[in-house]
Amino acid sequence: MKQEDKKGTIQDINGPIVTIKLPGVQNGEQVRIGSLGLYGEVISLEGEEALAQIYESTEMVRPGEPAEGLGHPLSVELGPGLIGGIFDGVQRPLEEMFLKAGDQIPRGLSPLPLDREKLWHFSPTENLEPNMPIIGGARLGVVQETETVEHRIIVPPNIEGELIELAPEGDYNLEETIGQVRDRHGKVHHLKLYHRWPVRKPRPYQSRDNGVEPLITGQRILDTFFPLLKGSKCAVPGPFGAGKTVVQHQVARWANADIVIYVGCGERGNELVDVLDSFPKLKDPYTGRPLMDRTLLIANTSNMPVVAREASIYVGITIAEYYRDQGYDVVMLADSTSRWAEALREVSGRLGQMPVEEGYPAYLASRLAAFYERAGRVETMDCGKGSVTLIGAVSPPGGDFSEPVTSHTKEIIQTFWALSKELADARHYPAIDWVDSFSADVGTAAEWWHENIDRGWEKRRAQAMGMLARDAELSRIVNLVGPEALSSAQRWVLEGSALIKEGILQQSALDLVDTFSSPEKQFMLLNLILSVYDEGAALIELGVPVQELAEMPILARLRRCKELYDSSQIDQLKAFRDEALNDFKEIHSEYAQRGEQTA
Amino acid sequence: MSAKEYRTASAARGGLLTVANVPNIAFGDRVHIRDKQDNTRNGQVIRSSNEEVLVQVFEGTAELDLESTWVRFLDEPIEIALSPEILGRVFSGLGEPRDYRPPIVSNLRRSISAAAFNPAARTYPKEFIQTGISTIDGLNSLVRGQKLPIFSASGLPHNRLAAQIVRQAKLPDDDSRFSVVFAAMGVSYADARFFQDEFASSGVLGNVVMFVNMADDPPVERLTLPRMALTAAEYLAFDLDRHVLVVMTDMTHYAEALREVATAKGDVPARKGYPGYLYSDLAEIYERSGRIKDRHGSITLVPVLSMPSDDITHPIPDLTGYITEGQIVLSRELHNQGIYPPVHISPSLSRLMKDGIGKDFTREDHPHVSNQLYALYARALETRNLASIIGADELSARDRRYLEFADAFERRFVQQGEDEDRSIEETLNLAWDLLSSFPPQALTRVNETEIAKYHRQSE
Ligand SMILES: Nc1ncnc2c1ncn2[C@@H]1O[C@H](COP(=O)(O)OP(=O)(O)OP(=O)(O)O)[C@@H](O)[C@H]1O
Ligand SMILES: [Mg+2]
Repeated sequence: MKQEDKKGTIQDINGPIVTIKLPGVQNGEQVRIGSLGLYGEVISLEGEEALAQIYESTEMVRPGEPAEGLGHPLSVELGPGLIGGIFDGVQRPLEEMFLKAGDQIPRGLSPLPLDREKLWHFSPTENLEPNMPIIGGARLGVVQETETVEHRIIVPPNIEGELIELAPEGDYNLEETIGQVRDRHGKVHHLKLYHRWPVRKPRPYQSRDNGVEPLITGQRILDTFFPLLKGSKCAVPGPFGAGKTVVQHQVARWANADIVIYVGCGERGNELVDVLDSFPKLKDPYTGRPLMDRTLLIANTSNMPVVAREASIYVGITIAEYYRDQGYDVVMLADSTSRWAEALREVSGRLGQMPVEEGYPAYLASRLAAFYERAGRVETMDCGKGSVTLIGAVSPPGGDFSEPVTSHTKEIIQTFWALSKELADARHYPAIDWVDSFSADVGTAAEWWHENIDRGWEKRRAQAMGMLARDAELSRIVNLVGPEALSSAQRWVLEGSALIKEGILQQSALDLVDTFSSPEKQFMLLNLILSVYDEGAALIELGVPVQELAEMPILARLRRCKELYDSSQIDQLKAFRDEALNDFKEIHSEYAQRGEQTA
Repeated sequence: MSAKEYRTASAARGGLLTVANVPNIAFGDRVHIRDKQDNTRNGQVIRSSNEEVLVQVFEGTAELDLESTWVRFLDEPIEIALSPEILGRVFSGLGEPRDYRPPIVSNLRRSISAAAFNPAARTYPKEFIQTGISTIDGLNSLVRGQKLPIFSASGLPHNRLAAQIVRQAKLPDDDSRFSVVFAAMGVSYADARFFQDEFASSGVLGNVVMFVNMADDPPVERLTLPRMALTAAEYLAFDLDRHVLVVMTDMTHYAEALREVATAKGDVPARKGYPGYLYSDLAEIYERSGRIKDRHGSITLVPVLSMPSDDITHPIPDLTGYITEGQIVLSRELHNQGIYPPVHISPSLSRLMKDGIGKDFTREDHPHVSNQLYALYARALETRNLASIIGADELSARDRRYLEFADAFERRFVQQGEDEDRSIEETLNLAWDLLSSFPPQALTRVNETEIAKYHRQSE
């Protein structure tokens, strides 16, 4: 059916759900409705009538106003100019909208996501010549998108055939043709620096790979205790104020990823401003370049229309897949997937669909699973490697993890960073609960740590986890009968666990030094604190009173090591360790002597 | 205004009126409904098709009969008239004068359901507001443009605390005061009176706009009231360049009104009968606070809500906490011990304090001091708990020190007079008085320089 045939009228307006009479429109197709030209998408068809969800407020829209189908589903523009930008849930460029339309987001305005005027310097791939066969995903050339990101211009995945022309090196804008491909039906495709892709359709790849290395986030409790592999999926559930957003911001800041996509899905406007303000000033610890040079923001804040919120995570993940297809390791953070699920619930409620649990529709679990499934480490169409790591915050009502979104998510993900209100209330940050959290990938991570950092990693990690478990047990006893019931060795376990909590697990996102810990520093601290614990345990065997050990001045400094020495000061940490162990040796020889004297 | 009136009401149920055969009525349109006695009620279109229009009637549909009900569609959204004259005035939830004075006459009328602020238009709120209250300034600082609710419960002194904040809030070193927008939903006459007297006696009345919906006024007006108030606040802040403090009480009554309407509409409930969109609806209100690029003014929002059955996990406080930038939580236990303001610091939080305090803003030790007090108090509460099990006598000397700290903290730091306006210096010095009961090595959240400078033993 031709475009001009798809004209129709509005029949009924029920908040964001609008019924239109639009013969020939397809399910999933984009529509524009009303005299304002509001954008939306068809979500179901019945006869000549279509139900559309509208991305903008429908206030003052009336029945009888026009509606038209746009002939394509919700799609994003993929090309240079994405990085460093901030877009709304349907990829409208927010900076530009601000310049054009002022403080509030007007309706019906829809500037193109990518700048059409800007010239990009394109260098074609060597050895690519006309008449060669070419596949979707193949690299036509590169454009330097930001100082850190080389944007690889690829053939759209749904096009393959014979390359008939490739533009020479030079400056091009997005609309200029930089290559032509003739497909097997003889149709010639004019390729540009960008292409479009429907957001609800995962981008194809050759095959899936297993994760092989951990994403290093610089956060000790994450990397050392609950590692996440590149290409893996992870959830961060927690009640309000527990620290989900801070965890995600920290990952966005310090992770060793090539590209970071941060989706503010139904959360606060100011949190995005925080990123926009701080990232250009912060340096990527791996490249030394401003963090904004590898970051892209999708912002559909809580007060923005809920239908666009539902779309926002698909927009984010599609862009993530696009950079993955260029051979990059991409991290996508979604804050919060619960708000996405609520958007789903709201639309389904308006459609009168049968709710199954807490008002959520029956397809909640399958939609969640399908979304997370788009994460992964893959062999790309052109035989490179790329990954999308997906980290979703979950905001359970009342902090109750048994609610539908948390419990369904938990079944899907591999790494679970559970935040606890008790820890947050005590200002133990990050408030990640070491009992409720898990990582299914410790084994794989261990290989990486052993090879790159230290062979003792897995053992030391297990020892620390074991101590924390004993600490919980012993604390229960103390709370029943008081501390006197514990043996000296047991009380030393409590002291040692306190050292682990304060010296390793707690990590301030606000402290300039502590905010990031390299893997070397992480292991140094772990090893240091456990060595001190081991030395102390040996002394207790010799009869040294716990009190004497607990009051050693070196322990107060040990707790502060994390913020006294930054990741480059491994030598100073080593010197500190020698000093600390020496203090223990002194006590040791003192007691050993006494032992001999009395013997 | 369209003059055409329809007499085609076909159903009335709860607060909803169905009108048949009225073509091309806009969604969200304002409606006047004239009943048999010729009284006018207000309404709004909440669903529209050519066959049928659904109108939400603010005053309810009681005593309407379908035969003699006339419905007029005004062809405009719900609006508020704005001019500098709104200061000093009192309005209803629909923007009608409640102070026996004439309505505001102005060419400037704005729809109360404003479009969302573009995140790219915002600037991050950073300017510390001194409220003179130690638990807020010292531990949960408020900044200009923040939304920081008070979570309270019936019988707790949230109104007194809100009034104290209004009275005392200012930037340190700057005596200019806030303009105040006061939004009261479903409040008792006593409470409304209390605030009016407060504003009068502190001489700010001329700088306050009040929107009042009493407990016996139509609940549906509670839905438009905060939007009226915020539209007025936006006008004051971004048209007139003022710093505006918006106090809203009680958001629980607002949410209950929303539930009532949602139930009448047949919306699918999520938790405790509240509709699934309660979060988005509250966010539309709370997110209207903030700072905007190149605008001088700001909107700081202090909503007050009562937690049903003192339960912080109830959907109203829960969803509020998920939207606002922290919360000040009041405790019945502290209140019963006679401590005012009974701020329970453990669950209280200010997310925006990090950029508004410290060197150049308040004092360089502020962030660490706050952290240290939190950590010590958390530990002290554990110790208090332990003492209640095994007896205080069984505690070690170290633990007893924590116990004493908990008491001193509550009595000296948390507790203060209703007229006591502590400067941030005073608050921080008081904090060091308390911290100095510990030896320096027990204080691991403050650094050595700070200890050397402020710890009493180092003197
Ligand atoms: N690692 C950390 N270091 C320092 N402060 C932290 C850290 N983690 C959390 N916080 C503190 O906790 C506050 C709340 O964290 P955050 O905003 O991330 O919570 P959240 O779980 O995202 O809450 P919500 O669900 O309401 O969005 C922060 O504003 C900050 O003050
Ligand atoms: Mg958050």
